[in-house]
Amino acid sequence: MKRWIEANSWTLGLAVLLALLLLATKLIQPGFGASGLDSLARAALPFALATVGMAIVVIAGGIDLSIAAMMAVASVTGAVLMQGATDLQSVVIVLCVLLLGLAMGAINGLLIVVSKVPDIVVTLAMLFVWQGVALLILNAPGGGAAPWLRSIAAGGLPLPGLDWLPRGIVFLAVVTAAIWLPIRRSKLGLRLYAIGSDALAAFRSGVPVGQTRIAAYALCGLFAALGGLSVTMGTGIGEPIPGPYLLASVAAVVLGGVVLGGGRGGLLGPILAVLILRTVRMDLTLLSVDPNVAAIIEGSIMVAVVMFGAVLATRGRRT
Amino acid sequence: MPETAAVLDATGVAKRFGAVQALKNASLQVGPGQVVALMGANGAGKSTFVKILTGVLKPDSGHVRIRGRESTVTNPAGARKWGLVPVYQEPSLIPDLSVADNLRLGDTALEPFRHWVAELGLPDLDPEAMIRSLPLASLRIVDLARALAIEPDVLLLDELTAALPTDLVERVLRTVRAQADAGRSVIYISHRFTEIAAICDRATVLRDGLTVGDVAIEPGIEERIVEMMLGGAVAAAMTETRPAGAASTETPRLSVRNLKTGTRLTDVSFDLHKGEVLGVVALEGQGQDELFDTLAGQRKASAGTVEVDGAAQTFTHPADAIAAGLTLVPGDRAHALFMSRSVRENIAVPLLARFRNWGAIRMADEAAKVTSAIETLQIDTRAQGEVRRLSGGNQQKVTIARWIAKGVQTLLLFDPTRGIDIRTKRQIYALVRDLADQGAAILYYTSELAEIRLACDRAVVIFNGRVVDVIDAKDADEQTLMRAAYGLTEKAPA
Amino acid sequence: MTMTDTPTPLNRLGRLMIDQPLLPLIGLLILLVAVLAILNPGVLSMFWAGNTIKIAIPLAMLAACQTLTMLTGGIDLSVGTVATIAAYLTATLAPMIGVPPAIAIALAAAVVIGLVNGFGIAVCRVHPLIMTLGTALIATGCLLVYQRYVIATGVLIPDFLIWLGTGKTGGLPNSLVLFVPFAALIIWAQRRSGFGRLLYAIGANEAAARLSGVRVWQVHLALYTLSSLIAGVTGLLYLGQIKTASLSLALPLDLPSVAAAVIGGTSIFGGRGGFGGTIVGALILTVLTSMLTLMQIPEGGRRILFGLIILAVTALFIRLTDRS
Repeated sequence: MKRWIEANSWTLGLAVLLALLLLATKLIQPGFGASGLDSLARAALPFALATVGMAIVVIAGGIDLSIAAMMAVASVTGAVLMQGATDLQSVVIVLCVLLLGLAMGAINGLLIVVSKVPDIVVTLAMLFVWQGVALLILNAPGGGAAPWLRSIAAGGLPLPGLDWLPRGIVFLAVVTAAIWLPIRRSKLGLRLYAIGSDALAAFRSGVPVGQTRIAAYALCGLFAALGGLSVTMGTGIGEPIPGPYLLASVAAVVLGGVVLGGGRGGLLGPILAVLILRTVRMDLTLLSVDPNVAAIIEGSIMVAVVMFGAVLATRGRRT
Repeated sequence: MPETAAVLDATGVAKRFGAVQALKNASLQVGPGQVVALMGANGAGKSTFVKILTGVLKPDSGHVRIRGRESTVTNPAGARKWGLVPVYQEPSLIPDLSVADNLRLGDTALEPFRHWVAELGLPDLDPEAMIRSLPLASLRIVDLARALAIEPDVLLLDELTAALPTDLVERVLRTVRAQADAGRSVIYISHRFTEIAAICDRATVLRDGLTVGDVAIEPGIEERIVEMMLGGAVAAAMTETRPAGAASTETPRLSVRNLKTGTRLTDVSFDLHKGEVLGVVALEGQGQDELFDTLAGQRKASAGTVEVDGAAQTFTHPADAIAAGLTLVPGDRAHALFMSRSVRENIAVPLLARFRNWGAIRMADEAAKVTSAIETLQIDTRAQGEVRRLSGGNQQKVTIARWIAKGVQTLLLFDPTRGIDIRTKRQIYALVRDLADQGAAILYYTSELAEIRLACDRAVVIFNGRVVDVIDAKDADEQTLMRAAYGLTEKAPA
Repeated sequence: MTMTDTPTPLNRLGRLMIDQPLLPLIGLLILLVAVLAILNPGVLSMFWAGNTIKIAIPLAMLAACQTLTMLTGGIDLSVGTVATIAAYLTATLAPMIGVPPAIAIALAAAVVIGLVNGFGIAVCRVHPLIMTLGTALIATGCLLVYQRYVIATGVLIPDFLIWLGTGKTGGLPNSLVLFVPFAALIIWAQRRSGFGRLLYAIGANEAAARLSGVRVWQVHLALYTLSSLIAGVTGLLYLGQIKTASLSLALPLDLPSVAAAVIGGTSIFGGRGGFGGTIVGALILTVLTSMLTLMQIPEGGRRILFGLIILAVTALFIRLTDRS
């Protein structure tokens, strides 16, 4: 128990910080309740899914700059295909979009492993490629979303006593746990951490480094697709121009205790970090701060977090 | 040759890296129930040989047979399937996973592992402990126990005991010997003669990429092994003239006292005078890297003092060391050169490093300095467009020319003749001598013992991070240096 | 390492590309122009050439930022934002406080962004890509806030910028008056100034540069500040060319500026290349863009193509220089 607390002290700290922020929100606006939580969850969902994808790649010692662009591809593909589709068709479409996400991520990973070009350059080039693909599919926001999809993350849980709990949060928790927990417990989970922690030692321990790296990027693509779908869920349309998900996900990953360079951290910390960043944004709005000023403050916080993380990572390498 | 059929039989193994022939004709036979020491001086090709045996590298020619069958090993996991399990010099454990997870990663059962860890003297080791949180000595034990738990036919141990305290060393040696007595085979790589005498049956000696001997271990065999490791070089060295010594009594240019850096360099003191070439002799990993890095401002010392011309110095950046006149030529040329740039640009960088030199370059002035340095070193500039296209010897000259163009006061040369041809080597000896005669002070680490007589006035011998001997160049025959470097003389530190 | 192997045709091409990057590039440019002439006979004219050069100049100047930062192994993805901010500030401040102070404030803003980039990259050691993306995000936010306060004041685009941006003299664009000295200065500085040489040295081997006494953080700080300043000046020129003050004026140039430098033979890993190649790279991209427009390829297709070009050229570089 004591060791568990020590090992997860950073995550616990984040949870406490989030609780304090929500408390502050209640103080700022006494009427803050279920509907406030719901809008927070809906705003946070695409950010959280992007962060989960980014966290997996970073844990495996990489980075994926194309994450926001992959989200855009998934969002427009889903929205264009779903326009006028029946419920049954739309279920198939959603599954196809998820497969598309896996494929995009696997292409990123494959290019990195085969071309031997560093991940940061490959995913930068692929950022442009996926952006182009999204624009080709839909060059202005449009398309539609199946009603059942839109209702997944809207409103509270339809259970007595739990109706304050936003569906967005439940959706995030269920999806992340369903994908990540089996992997985390399997050999693949160990291997992801192993190649991020020390690729040479992993190779010597018999880990297939290239395959594992491709798997990490494929998982990132899968979560990017989920994130893209959640954008469509929230707005009901497809967005070809991605939001600031790249920087936000890197910042949340760092703030969430995943070390840039790999091997350390989990997914709970980054998810809490996303919620914290979103709550700060919401509080600024509640304090009637100009939304653009709020964006500046949020951006500055994210840059400061990344700078702090980089300083820590440099220190870590020296010792 | 062993009388029984060999479990592992490597013959005629050769490997070339670019211009360097790392292995020419290496062979090794290990029979069942044997512990065979693989020995060789620095650069003899041991580590390349180990990488080939474990499948990390592919040999250019030669055979590796395991139990009579040609080995098809291409990676460490494959080697394990063949019953060959290596324990490398650097622990191959994942720092961010627990001990138990590291075992799972390699499909190693926990129970036998626990048994071996207890056997090796760490019964209280917690399998849930993070690798990162364990001390280096425990990691070596975990690495070894993991290997033993697999029950390998051939165990390959590379400098296993280097980081271990004495009590653990004894347990490790006993366990390794017990493995052999149970019929398994062990390849044992170590610089420590006492350990080899304690557990090994035979020793295979490598020199310059060749297997030059295979002897049974018996009392007094150390001297013969030292001779084999040195080979014919001894005779050649005798014919060279010893340089004139010039140690003076004034304030030393460089005075180092009780210097400690990291875990390897524990306590080193010496003086280096103007006009002197001071050799440094040490086996691999005895703290010499840390010593040179600290003096060059690349690493911070944790204790001790460095004085230049009597003034105490602390360096936080190589620029500080350069300002104090201490300039380093590192052992690996790749760490010093701008491979994609021209010879001229490589040599000129130190002239431009400071902020006040960021403006227009006085091209004529630069050309004069660079040309003069190129001439002093006789660099072959036919391929000067990109340094990467020069031969190894010419590349090495460029790393030295840089400091000659800047003006040499104290030159720190780390193995400057490693892997270069004999003609260039002689040019470097002569240059070192000339620079000293012109008043420079030179600290000269070399892995080739014969060079001490050729280039140096004195030599300090470092073993286990301490100065164990100071030998005058006229007494520095290789036998003496080798014995000192292996800690066999153990004189009181000067 | 020199080896005794016989050079393959690929190796020879590699050496040619590294020793004389301009030759194959100019060949490619001529080839593209020829293809364009075949696709659309009669398009080639003095007028067309002048226009192409005019459009390529702001791109080449932003690509100078990428070239200089890429020489050290970095990148500057904030240049589009910085150029936009400089242009917007100039256009909106000029009616209130006059042209020279407006330009001074615009360039000062660019320098501040550059200093922030430099601080993050040089001191905190954040990857340049992430850092410049972050400052671009913050700076865009600042621009949006600023925009709300100046909506009423109107816009003034200084005449000399319009002359510089759109005017032509004897068939050649006036922007050459700014660009030729600029290019000459960069090409001179990259080889014949201490600062320029250090950029190559840091990109070729940062550890070796440190060992040679270079305080790398000083170079990074100066470099990213300079890069932002160049982007700011480009913004002014671009303002004169486009003649509207928009909030996304130069943003579409971010990707092409990276692509121009990469095509021009500057290695994204540092230590190789130069501005000469980048200028040809910018011309190639401009001709390529007009060709794509002619073939009615949409914006999305253009991005895909540029992204793949960056990836392919980089992968080729790795093969040719045995980095693996």
